[in-house]
Amino acid sequence: MKWETVIGLEVHTQLATKSKIFSGSSTAFGAAPNTQASAVDIALPGVLPVLNKGAVECAIRFGLAIGATLNRVNVFDRKNYFYPDLPKGYQISQLAKPIVEGGALTIAVDGEEKTIHLTRAHMEEDAGKSLHEDFHGMTGIDLNRAGTPLLEIVSEPEMRSSAEAVAYARALHTLVTWIGICDGNMQEGSFRVDANVSVRPVGQAEFGTRREIKNLNSFKFLQQAIDYEVRWQIETLEDGGRIEQATVLFDPDTGETRMMRSKEDAHDYRYFPDPDLLPVKLDDAWIESVRAVLPELPAAMQAHFQRDYGVSAYDAAVLTGSRALADYFEAVAKTCGQGKLAANWVMGELAAALNKAELDIGQSPVSAARLGALIARIQDGTLSGKLARQVFEGLWEGAGEVDAIIEARGLKQMSDSGELEKIIDEVLAANQKSVEEFRSGKDKAFNALIGQVMKASRGKANPAQVNTLLKAKLQN
Amino acid sequence: MSDTSLSALAAQLADKQISSRELARIYLDRIAALNPAINAFITVDPEKTLLEAAAADALIAAGKNGPLTGVPIAHKDIFCTDGWLTTCGSKMLSNFVAPYDAHVIQRFKAAGMPSLGKTNMDEFAMGSSNETSYFGAVKNPWNPAYVPGGSSGGAAACVAARMAPAATGTDTGGSIRQPAALTGITGLKPTYGLVSRYGMIAFASSLDQAGPMAPSAEDCALLLNVMTGFDPNDSTSLERAKEDYTRDLEKPLSGLRVGLPREFFAEGLNSEVAAAVEAAVNELKTLGATTVDISLANSRLAIPVYYVLAPAEASSNLSRFDGVRYGYRAPDYASLDDMYSKTRAQGFGDEVKRRILIGTYVLSHGYYDAYYLQAQKIRRLIADDFAEAFKACDVILGPTAPGTAFRLGEKSGDPVEMYLNDLYTIPANLAGLPGMSLPCGFDSQGLPIGLQLVGNYFSEAKMLNVAHQYQRATDWHSRQPEGLK
Repeated sequence: MKWETVIGLEVHTQLATKSKIFSGSSTAFGAAPNTQASAVDIALPGVLPVLNKGAVECAIRFGLAIGATLNRVNVFDRKNYFYPDLPKGYQISQLAKPIVEGGALTIAVDGEEKTIHLTRAHMEEDAGKSLHEDFHGMTGIDLNRAGTPLLEIVSEPEMRSSAEAVAYARALHTLVTWIGICDGNMQEGSFRVDANVSVRPVGQAEFGTRREIKNLNSFKFLQQAIDYEVRWQIETLEDGGRIEQATVLFDPDTGETRMMRSKEDAHDYRYFPDPDLLPVKLDDAWIESVRAVLPELPAAMQAHFQRDYGVSAYDAAVLTGSRALADYFEAVAKTCGQGKLAANWVMGELAAALNKAELDIGQSPVSAARLGALIARIQDGTLSGKLARQVFEGLWEGAGEVDAIIEARGLKQMSDSGELEKIIDEVLAANQKSVEEFRSGKDKAFNALIGQVMKASRGKANPAQVNTLLKAKLQN
Repeated sequence: MSDTSLSALAAQLADKQISSRELARIYLDRIAALNPAINAFITVDPEKTLLEAAAADALIAAGKNGPLTGVPIAHKDIFCTDGWLTTCGSKMLSNFVAPYDAHVIQRFKAAGMPSLGKTNMDEFAMGSSNETSYFGAVKNPWNPAYVPGGSSGGAAACVAARMAPAATGTDTGGSIRQPAALTGITGLKPTYGLVSRYGMIAFASSLDQAGPMAPSAEDCALLLNVMTGFDPNDSTSLERAKEDYTRDLEKPLSGLRVGLPREFFAEGLNSEVAAAVEAAVNELKTLGATTVDISLANSRLAIPVYYVLAPAEASSNLSRFDGVRYGYRAPDYASLDDMYSKTRAQGFGDEVKRRILIGTYVLSHGYYDAYYLQAQKIRRLIADDFAEAFKACDVILGPTAPGTAFRLGEKSGDPVEMYLNDLYTIPANLAGLPGMSLPCGFDSQGLPIGLQLVGNYFSEAKMLNVAHQYQRATDWHSRQPEGLK
């Protein structure tokens, strides 16, 4: 039997607000346990939540960015369950009336574009952390994270492979960091993915029974977990078994998923509207004020790069992999006025160097202005590609401005044709054999002569100029 | 002291006829003498009280005193009070010293009013007799064999016995008004949102409202001036201009239209209570008021609606009492679930457990629509009835409770019988309207009878005007229990 995979993702993104969603405590990561937990965060008797408008604005940004419906009245509900790192015994979330409904993201897998629709996105608070290490026979509770604002983003079950799921997760990651609502740090848990996975015989209309893989914190694990889960579900079904609805965890060490709880263990969360919070009302003025400061989005920027800088669709997609990269590229292109050359340098020399040094674009030792200046020197004939790479090395090392490096290291391309002609004459005189070969019709000999001239000029000759002058002399 | 009205005490303090410390000492001595029999207080800490009184004296000496600076007050043990044990009447919080002040406490501190202590209450404000307190029942000062009502029973009893000139209370379904009625004092539950709930331990968030309890309406007006005001820490707190609730006290009542809901004078009302309330209506007529027959037809559903919504919210509000971070934790347990279950089994009393169970049930999958949602719809209908009624009248009048105080233990075995005590008070909570109770007589056993006024939203000044004019014409509010004078 042929099987089809069906995947929907629920992604928890930590919103990049300075303070928590219902208290004034800091959301900074890594502080000593419980030093960022206020009376509200530890749920002392009598405390009340007050909504952080910044979190709402993040959600509005997201809704606008995916073309979703923003619910003008949205409501916080209480999701009731007991857990030691859930101080109130309930999580404040949104069930019936979330802030964002609908919207879509475009992904590309192997050059094929596909639109993934979103179901909803809602605001909620994060829980604290239970610390099982370091406490013999006891559990430590750190409530620093309790109350950190989250936007839970739920997709429709429209992905049909782990590759599509990863492409969607990456596109979402790019978007939320692009619009500045999430720092995207997956190691610190700022972007956590739950994958709902099921399989069904190809051609069957109804979905199979799904299992939810919880808390995947890297794209690699997302792919591995789905691939394992799909294999397991197909094998189970083909062996005559049944899939039971369940929540599972992925173990990166074994590469397997294992059951966390079955449907029977599922909580009845007893959701009801939180009487401590008023419904959130969004008016046009608020929405428009958020729209006004929304940056150009990746798709729009790709079109703009193709149109204004003449880069290919593929390059435009790569260059908009993150807002920082796109901004960097655009700055380089504007400085040098050479879009294609800028794209080649950013995606080639610079990307390779960053990769090797394990730096991201924001940490690049070569500023966009300097890279632009370097490309401008290629364009005006001062530098050959080869010389330019040497100047780039200088820039990477922090040796100063482009022209200063060219000057200091003597990397200027030879532009004096008299000097070049002299070198050519010497080369021709010393290589009569090649000259004869060229004249008898062997084109290869011409390239050998160019090589000799370049060598004699120690790389500083302008190859185009050498070509012209050499041709002229040989045809004399 | 012959006159313990707040205005008289404040005047003596301002004139330096008495210091705040001396005044506090008088009340502390009275508490020491009377409280063992009444059990109105859970915590008394004379040292803290006298320190606060000394600070008030300093304000007065510096000429920085406000209208009530130096006048002491007792606080219901539902308000978190920095450095004070704050128990909410429960074993669960029997060891909880609050690390912060509730907004209401902050306001009384800022007004320079020293705290006389924390008053006894039904556990987590769940009860109408003050018998559910972990710290023992409160006795009615008019007859210690009788209950003082609840849940603000300690507050009501301490004022009735003049162990404090005034007290704070909270009212979710009648917890200020019913004990005020049963102890012969005046108590007011403001419009929902007028007084911040920050730091007031939540029972049912959409119904809870703090208010003043004191001998007279004038006292309550002065206290309301201190308590009300916008608080950014409470999202349901209302942002509106500050009012002076004493401004209309002396207005004549001519032209006042008093609505009498026929449902509040029907079956189930004690005849002595009915007679006293009718006499009060006649008194108001002689003061210039006219009466209007009105109907609050859906109010008959108030008790079932309340006992769906209040427990639903409570079941969630009380989840934080899990033994993890503060409060009581069972000494022995085998696992996390066992810790939760034993902590809550041992830490909560029967009435609290009963309401948590009801609330959990009505919010459960498959029952939510039939109970919780249905109750919310009827809540709206009850509010609509009031809106309709206020087209024809300025204030609604009726009995506060169906009877007078009952004997300790008389109703504690029958929850439904107990719940019926709040028949007349619950509708105002469901609608978010202000309500108050004031004394209007005594039954044949010498137990006080309470009269209830329900006003339109933000009509506290009008209600206080009506109550004050009535109290100028009568002396029920100034009577005190014989044996405790």
